[in-house]
Amino acid sequence: MTVLNPGTTRSTGEAPVLPRPPIPVEEIGEATIRLAGDSGDGMQLAGTQFTHTSALLGNDISTLPDFPAEIRAPAGTLAGVSGFQIHFSSSDIHTPGDQLNTLVAMNPAALKTNLKDLEPGGILIVNSDAFSSADLHKAGYPSNPLEDGSLKGYRVFAVPITKLNREAVAELKLSPREADRCKNFFALGLVYWLYERSLEPTLRWIQTKFSKNPSIMEANTRALKAGYNYGETTEAMPVHYRVSKAKIPPGRYRKITGNEALALGLTAASKQAGLPLVYASYPITPASDILHQLAELKRYGVRTLQAEDEIAAIGAAIGAAFAGALGVTGTSGPGICLKSEAIGLAVMTELPVVIIDVQRGGPSTGLPTKTEQADLLQAMFGRNGECPVCVLAPCSPADCFHMAFEAVRLAIGFMTPVILLSDGYLANGAEPWLIPDPARLPKIPVQFAQPHAGSNGAAVFHPYARDARLVRPWAVPGTPGLEHRIGGLEKEDITGNVSYDPANHEHMVRTRAQKIANIAKDIPELTVTGPSEGDVLVLGWGGTYGSIITACQRAQRKGWKVAQAHLRYLNPMPRNTGEVLKRYRKVLIPELNGGQLRLLIRATYLVDAVGLNKIQGKPFLVSEIEAKIEELLRC
Amino acid sequence: MSTTMALPTLTPKDLASDQEVRWCPGCGDYSILAQMKKALAGLGIPREKFVFISGIGCSSRFPYYMNTYGFHTIHGRAPTIATGLKLVRPDLSVWVITGDGDGLSIGGNHLIHAIRRNMDLKIILFNNEIYGLTKGQYSPTSRIGTRTKSSPLGSIDTPLRPLSLALGADATFVARTLDVDVNHLTETLKRAAAHKGTAFVEVYQNCKIFNDGVFEYATDKSVKADNVLYLQHGRPLVFGKDRNKGIRLHGLNPEVVELGNGIALDDLLVHDEKADEPTLAYLLSRMVYPHFPECIGVFRCVERPTYEDVLNKQMDDEIARRGAGKLEDLFASDETWVVE
Ligand code: SF4
Repeated sequence: MTVLNPGTTRSTGEAPVLPRPPIPVEEIGEATIRLAGDSGDGMQLAGTQFTHTSALLGNDISTLPDFPAEIRAPAGTLAGVSGFQIHFSSSDIHTPGDQLNTLVAMNPAALKTNLKDLEPGGILIVNSDAFSSADLHKAGYPSNPLEDGSLKGYRVFAVPITKLNREAVAELKLSPREADRCKNFFALGLVYWLYERSLEPTLRWIQTKFSKNPSIMEANTRALKAGYNYGETTEAMPVHYRVSKAKIPPGRYRKITGNEALALGLTAASKQAGLPLVYASYPITPASDILHQLAELKRYGVRTLQAEDEIAAIGAAIGAAFAGALGVTGTSGPGICLKSEAIGLAVMTELPVVIIDVQRGGPSTGLPTKTEQADLLQAMFGRNGECPVCVLAPCSPADCFHMAFEAVRLAIGFMTPVILLSDGYLANGAEPWLIPDPARLPKIPVQFAQPHAGSNGAAVFHPYARDARLVRPWAVPGTPGLEHRIGGLEKEDITGNVSYDPANHEHMVRTRAQKIANIAKDIPELTVTGPSEGDVLVLGWGGTYGSIITACQRAQRKGWKVAQAHLRYLNPMPRNTGEVLKRYRKVLIPELNGGQLRLLIRATYLVDAVGLNKIQGKPFLVSEIEAKIEELLRC
Repeated sequence: MSTTMALPTLTPKDLASDQEVRWCPGCGDYSILAQMKKALAGLGIPREKFVFISGIGCSSRFPYYMNTYGFHTIHGRAPTIATGLKLVRPDLSVWVITGDGDGLSIGGNHLIHAIRRNMDLKIILFNNEIYGLTKGQYSPTSRIGTRTKSSPLGSIDTPLRPLSLALGADATFVARTLDVDVNHLTETLKRAAAHKGTAFVEVYQNCKIFNDGVFEYATDKSVKADNVLYLQHGRPLVFGKDRNKGIRLHGLNPEVVELGNGIALDDLLVHDEKADEPTLAYLLSRMVYPHFPECIGVFRCVERPTYEDVLNKQMDDEIARRGAGKLEDLFASDETWVVE
């Protein structure tokens, strides 16, 4: 143990003083930590465990994993750094936190890429065994930062984690490689001590996970405990912290990521609609986890198909919808490009299909593991012809459950494709989820066209006759008397026969558009938090909700007349959107893109909205939005 | 009059839709449509259980002319939509109608994957060796040197052999027939209908407008006997006007031999459509006019579980093992905690 900044910590160089006073516990409201290391160091696993433990302890949590696109970039390089950020609190929170209170860096590369996010005076725990000159060289450090004074502004704890961990598992006679694999648990144990967390949930997890491999189970257990005990017994750290339970609405909770919530929401919707779910998908980051989740749910009536490509995936979803099932496909932006023509087919044939786009940085392959909101206009317009679809966007990981359910409800209710715009941040971020009572979930009504009673064939079935909302009937193959043909060629009104008639084409284009517009009557109005009129309305959509609401709450606490509204329904938008926008002097639209919602808002409502646009593959910091609000209020 | 339930008896007319057929006069598609109606009418399957799914091209207009369920989809993607349909409704008789451009060019990927999964689909590929609907460009099956608007000096790409491709994807049923050989066509469609799994049928189809006569060697009565070989399971490979020619194996290659002069029927290859390995079927699929007679008939017909059956069995087994899923269990599938 080396204490580099004796000014802020107690020196351990002296002889032990007996009896030792207990290390004080300081009560704090919230903390943000990040575990960073090489992508082979198991930081995602450690972060997930910390999240889990904190959630079980009753904290509100919000997390942000950050991993490289390469599965194993060369060890020790900047490109191979993987991090996991957790914000945990005794009050209601919405973001993974702007600045870190504690950073764990398992090697120099992790230190180099993450240090800028650590607050001045923040706790920095480093694995000092990983700072050899070769390691430093790989990370591009000309001198050892642990020795050159460059870390003076932080409380640095240089812990020989590799060595201590090896000692902890020495008796088990593992290979050095196997032993070193446990060092993430050592680090996790130390952080558990620092924030006074129980080891129990992680010990339970280790027991189940490695039940078939007792020596690894034992090694991880020992590593975890050794890390904890190191904190407790060595007095390495002068203080540790307590973050108490949050006061959140009563009920049963679990931790959920956006992708998990989508899988659960789709499954719940299929049950509530009484339809089998067919989820067809081609593996793509960051959407693949939805496929993994659903593939496990066969006994819930879920059929999954790993299709040969993106087009086949949506083709199968459309085929399932034609068959009277719930057809869903999921992908990311590049996959949406490939699916565009088929989405057009679903628009023309008016079949209910849900298309999930877990957005990532683009264009092209872009930034596969980073978040962005730049597929909004693609979802709105990225097809040939006048081709409107319903577009929705969840606003938090847990909201993915609700919006998946909504996507299914609207797809079936209006016989239309629905695009659900999640993003990489929501997909992998986690928060507590108040588990709904299945008995209280709404039913999703499904009305199939009924077989014609008479067998004389006198009555002709009209697949494009519509109800008052302009919705056509869902007539399923196998139903006697309803034999009909659909396809991508323009339909004649009512009969659905192929038609090249000019007036019919315009009528059908307008009818399809009006049907989507009619959805506005069936979705909630836009709600505003904060003053119902005033200086600034901050309007957002999708995964930026957490940062926006937090920034607005802070602004309101300062007495500023700032309101906030969030669009989860983007096409159509809630029916009162235009009226809400006009009540504020200025409208600020923060987006992780070049200004796509702003373009829509300006074009639709003639409101001169101002943008705050960040395109770095990262979510907004609360402070960035706060600063922009302040700037707008000043001018 | 009997009031007992009888199998529905359909006539070909019952299967005709009210839509005007719009193929060019003399197009081979007319014959395929007529034989399809004849073949299906006799199957004892009610009309509403048939679904025709097509892509884009002349052949893909087919569903509009059948009074069954039909889906005219987008270019090359019919197998994907048929796959989704079959996952949910294994009870339906689902037919994919495609062409050499639709199925082998833009939709080649879907074709091979539907086949390898052994989806219970009847895939009928109308091969006219040309793009008809876009007015006459060469296709993936056009012979080298085919002169078209897009290949004025003759096409230079090696043609795909549809049956070789299907066999390469481990197709369980592979057959070839001719638009003008109406009886063989009907029988082949019936056999495809009876097969459980992907039935892949290539139909030589004459495009009257852009590629007229490209299969004349196989259809012209005066020469066809020497140019085609009708396969029969368990029989030696014999052909020719005088039934005096056959196919013998020379090393790994087939050769045409004349019977007599010490060559007997016993020396010839014997067709075995049920062979486990598709080797023989593949060898036959590579025999091309004018060096060889081209084989007509069923190349391969073997059994393998269908994708949808195995998927549904997995679901049933899971339910048997762990019980039907309940939402409350699903929601609590991760560790939970209670906030008072
Ligand atoms: S272009 Fe050729 S294939 Fe197409 S309908 Fe006319 S004759 Fe038939």
